[in-house]
Amino acid sequence: MRIKQLSVFLENKTGRINEVAKILGKHGFNMHAFSMAETPDFGILRLIVSDADRAVEVLREENFAVMLTDVVCISCSNEAGALSSILEHLAEKEVFIEYMYAFAEGDKANVVIRANDIDRCVEVLQQCGCNIFDSL
Amino acid sequence: MIWNPNKECMSRDEMHSLQSKRLQKLVTYVYHNVPFYRNKMQAMDVAPEDINSIDDIVKLPFTTKQDLRDNYPYGLQAAPASEIIRVHASSGTTGNPTIVGYTRKDLAVWSEVMTRCLTAYGITRDDTFSVSYGYGLFTGGLGAHYGVENLGATVIPTSTGNTEKHIRLIRDLKTTGIACTPSYALYLAETLDKMGLTKDDISLRVGAFGAEPWTENMRHEIEERLGLKGYNLYGLSEIMGPGVSYECSEQNGSHICEDHFYPEIINPDTLEQLPYGEQGELVFTTLTKEGMPLLRYRTKDLCSLMDGECACGRTSVRMGRIVGRSDDMLIIRGINVFPSQVESVILEMQEFEPQYMLVVDRVNNLDTLQVQVEVRRNFFSDDIGSMLAMKKALGDKLKSVLSIGVDVRLMEPGSIERSQGKGKHVIDNRKLK
Repeated sequence: MRIKQLSVFLENKTGRINEVAKILGKHGFNMHAFSMAETPDFGILRLIVSDADRAVEVLREENFAVMLTDVVCISCSNEAGALSSILEHLAEKEVFIEYMYAFAEGDKANVVIRANDIDRCVEVLQQCGCNIFDSL
Repeated sequence: MIWNPNKECMSRDEMHSLQSKRLQKLVTYVYHNVPFYRNKMQAMDVAPEDINSIDDIVKLPFTTKQDLRDNYPYGLQAAPASEIIRVHASSGTTGNPTIVGYTRKDLAVWSEVMTRCLTAYGITRDDTFSVSYGYGLFTGGLGAHYGVENLGATVIPTSTGNTEKHIRLIRDLKTTGIACTPSYALYLAETLDKMGLTKDDISLRVGAFGAEPWTENMRHEIEERLGLKGYNLYGLSEIMGPGVSYECSEQNGSHICEDHFYPEIINPDTLEQLPYGEQGELVFTTLTKEGMPLLRYRTKDLCSLMDGECACGRTSVRMGRIVGRSDDMLIIRGINVFPSQVESVILEMQEFEPQYMLVVDRVNNLDTLQVQVEVRRNFFSDDIGSMLAMKKALGDKLKSVLSIGVDVRLMEPGSIERSQGKGKHVIDNRKLK
């Protein structure tokens, strides 16, 4: 139920995201989702790729500071109020969300959630019948 | 105007004999009161009796900043603690600050030399004078302050910060003189602009600028924008504080108060004394100091000395502009910063690689210091909060060690340029030409 997300530390420098994309592409990793968190001087690129463990090795070889973080990926219907009903359950059970990112297309919306307590997050999502990805 | 013509315009022969007498007395005093100097002199086989004239000074040992650190806090103090009535401190390179204790007489001498400076700038008891050096452990604020009081002018102890209020006071109190760093003077000019005021709204006519290197171009810009005449004021806390030397109306070098501070220029490599006119490292001996007298203190400032009577009437030796340093010390907002201080803080924190770069710049006429460090791979976290906390922890530590605010920049591991041999740790983008 957990998905391994790659977190890459990046300086704010033109072309840095592309460096990562290029390396991953060259080694045949496909990106399923990513988001960029930024501060004035550095950023954290978070991505979900095919074979996260090997991708970490490849990026480390290229001198990137990378770590794996567990996240939960869910799919919900792409309609008004769908996300809110899920989040309400999480809040009720006091699961704190550190960050999330999402993309909707057609009748589905896919959401990546990083929670303070992943196990509890999964448990609550299962209880409310949410569609959780085993892998992407 | 000359505050103390007896001393400032003394004939060279008289000065030579006064300095000789004072040096003999000083050497006897430190020999008997400071084990550090006694040991050094014994090792060199020199006794107080060997010093018969100021020219014998070349027989005496040098003192370095490292000696002051090694003898922290009071190892070089000659006067008993009961005689010390004030202590100042300057930033240390690796934790230990430099402590300087002053006796009542030391403070009187300091006020006297500072008054000579102010008088040379044309300040009189009719003036209102703003001291905008930092007050506190730094010698700038209090040193200038007591000089103004001694002269009898009105002192406004503004210190630094709160610039708009400061400008209001300058305008409303019709302040005519100011002592501050040249970069702060430019910042004042800018704030004046922002407040919709011009130099015609204020009455400043004299600026005493020092504590950091500056150039003729900065002088012209400050003079133009604040409507005053800017004079150089030199000093260093180890020797006394501001007041060691000063420019007169001729502005051809800074007159050294050499009845109190005996100057030499040496070759920093061979340590040989160099003749007037040659450039080298400036060295001072405190001829009259009681609290912490120093023999041949190496300032690391590079300049040359000029002799010959000045058109202003003073006969004292003058020092030229400081053209550089013989070590890697940076002066940022008037504060001494050594790259090694930054290094020791970074080495203490396991979150960072031992690679760093200091980027110094001048933004809106204020010096800025950015410290770039590489985050170690295993300390990188997906949590921005903890990354920012790491950054803040380093910033706080650096601020407490350096006494100035630092902009920490977290860099990717391996991104700071590695150099072969001696590492390059400083990029100084300030244009001081």
